[in-house]
Amino acid sequence: MTDQSNTAVREVSAAEAVALAREGYRVIDVREQNEWDAGHVAGATLLPLREVPERIGEVAPDRDTPLLLHCAVGARSGRAAAYLSQLGYTNVVSLKGPLDHWKQQGGLWEEPAQLLSPGQQRRYARQVLIPEIGQEGQRRMLDAKVLLIGAGGLGSPIALYLAASGVGTIGLVDDDVVDESNLQRQVIHGVDRLGMLKVDSAELTLRGLNPETTVVKHVERLSADNVERLIAPYDVIVDGTDNFDTRYVLNDAAVKLRKPVVHGSIYRWDGQVTTFVPFEGPCYRCMYPTQPPPELAPACSVAGVLGVLPGIAGVMQANEVFKLILGVGDTLSGRLLIFDAMGTTFDEVRTWRDPACPACGDAARVAIDAESRQPAQPASVASA
Amino acid sequence: MSTVRIPPVLRENTGGSRAVEVTGSTVTEALDDLFARHPALRDRVTEDGQLSDFINVYVNDRDVRYRDGLATAVGPDDTIILLPAMAGGSNRA
Repeated sequence: MTDQSNTAVREVSAAEAVALAREGYRVIDVREQNEWDAGHVAGATLLPLREVPERIGEVAPDRDTPLLLHCAVGARSGRAAAYLSQLGYTNVVSLKGPLDHWKQQGGLWEEPAQLLSPGQQRRYARQVLIPEIGQEGQRRMLDAKVLLIGAGGLGSPIALYLAASGVGTIGLVDDDVVDESNLQRQVIHGVDRLGMLKVDSAELTLRGLNPETTVVKHVERLSADNVERLIAPYDVIVDGTDNFDTRYVLNDAAVKLRKPVVHGSIYRWDGQVTTFVPFEGPCYRCMYPTQPPPELAPACSVAGVLGVLPGIAGVMQANEVFKLILGVGDTLSGRLLIFDAMGTTFDEVRTWRDPACPACGDAARVAIDAESRQPAQPASVASA
Repeated sequence: MSTVRIPPVLRENTGGSRAVEVTGSTVTEALDDLFARHPALRDRVTEDGQLSDFINVYVNDRDVRYRDGLATAVGPDDTIILLPAMAGGSNRA
């Protein structure tokens, strides 16, 4: 668009503009999308200045349509109005003066959909810039509830990154206290926390990192008796437990309540990470129908573990959590990632849902579907 | 020769090796060769001559349960992954 500023343009005050809009003038906002997003005239059409030549025919095909153009103070709308007059538009006016005057004169105004507060926009700016996240994705993260089973090696990096990134609610299930031998890998704790409950220590660290994150502390051990109560309020479950019984208990309840579980396990220099999305991919029982004898599955406390291993596995688990919350990308559902820190190699094997799986197979699914169609039982009866 | 990846819990039975080169045109033959090279492994992962069912076996990225089981063909460039479930994590959750 060439400079048309020498063409006579009718400029109107905010009071006049409000009256013209009431008379039926079509309001066109020639500012940019980000200015529009911060609030705009109700009923206006967004047509940024540089798009006017290309799109005016589609926005206002009739050149006799009365048009009221505005921008922030009147410069851009003045240029656009002059251009349109030259094009043959017969009734174009430009609002002169700050847009605030429009509001003060009682002009109709639409506040932005407040997905993020100004503070949140600043804090999460680097990830809001990512197209797959944006304000909407960040809002989802702020509204998300993630339960971590264990506030230890895997739980430490996961909780740190979830909180830092703005996951709104982090539940921690752990009844252990911080021990000196934990500190080599459980980086959410510190020497000043020895003897403190891990959930309390983790809460302190997370609050320092992001006061906006709500930390819900569950000082108990996951068991068949409490598993459904614990996981029910959460959107995503992160499994960092140390024994097979707990993993199977969690798996079966998560399948029943249709909760995705992000799985991580570590041993010395090796780690495994995968994601279980009930009925979409396999569950833990599909992958490991039979648990190994204890001598082939020693805990870290017996076998040892490299400090960075839970860091590597845990950060990959956190990445899975983000994708589940955002609904973007490809998760590890149907794939098991095997990491060998000694060789710095990643192997990936495919995993399959077993139609005969006792937890998520076809027969189990029929039973679960039937149960979920039943009217809800009163809690006191259901837990009796 | 195909390659068998040894899981960490079994490396004490292979002298610390993380991978072992074997011959054989099926999983069974490849594992027999593996056990011949590292006899202590046989007792740890077999029961009554059968591979224990807590060990998952993959040829490349495919679980042999969903192929031909231990009769699954193995080529010279294939990798066999032995994978028992791993437990590690937090011990008090």
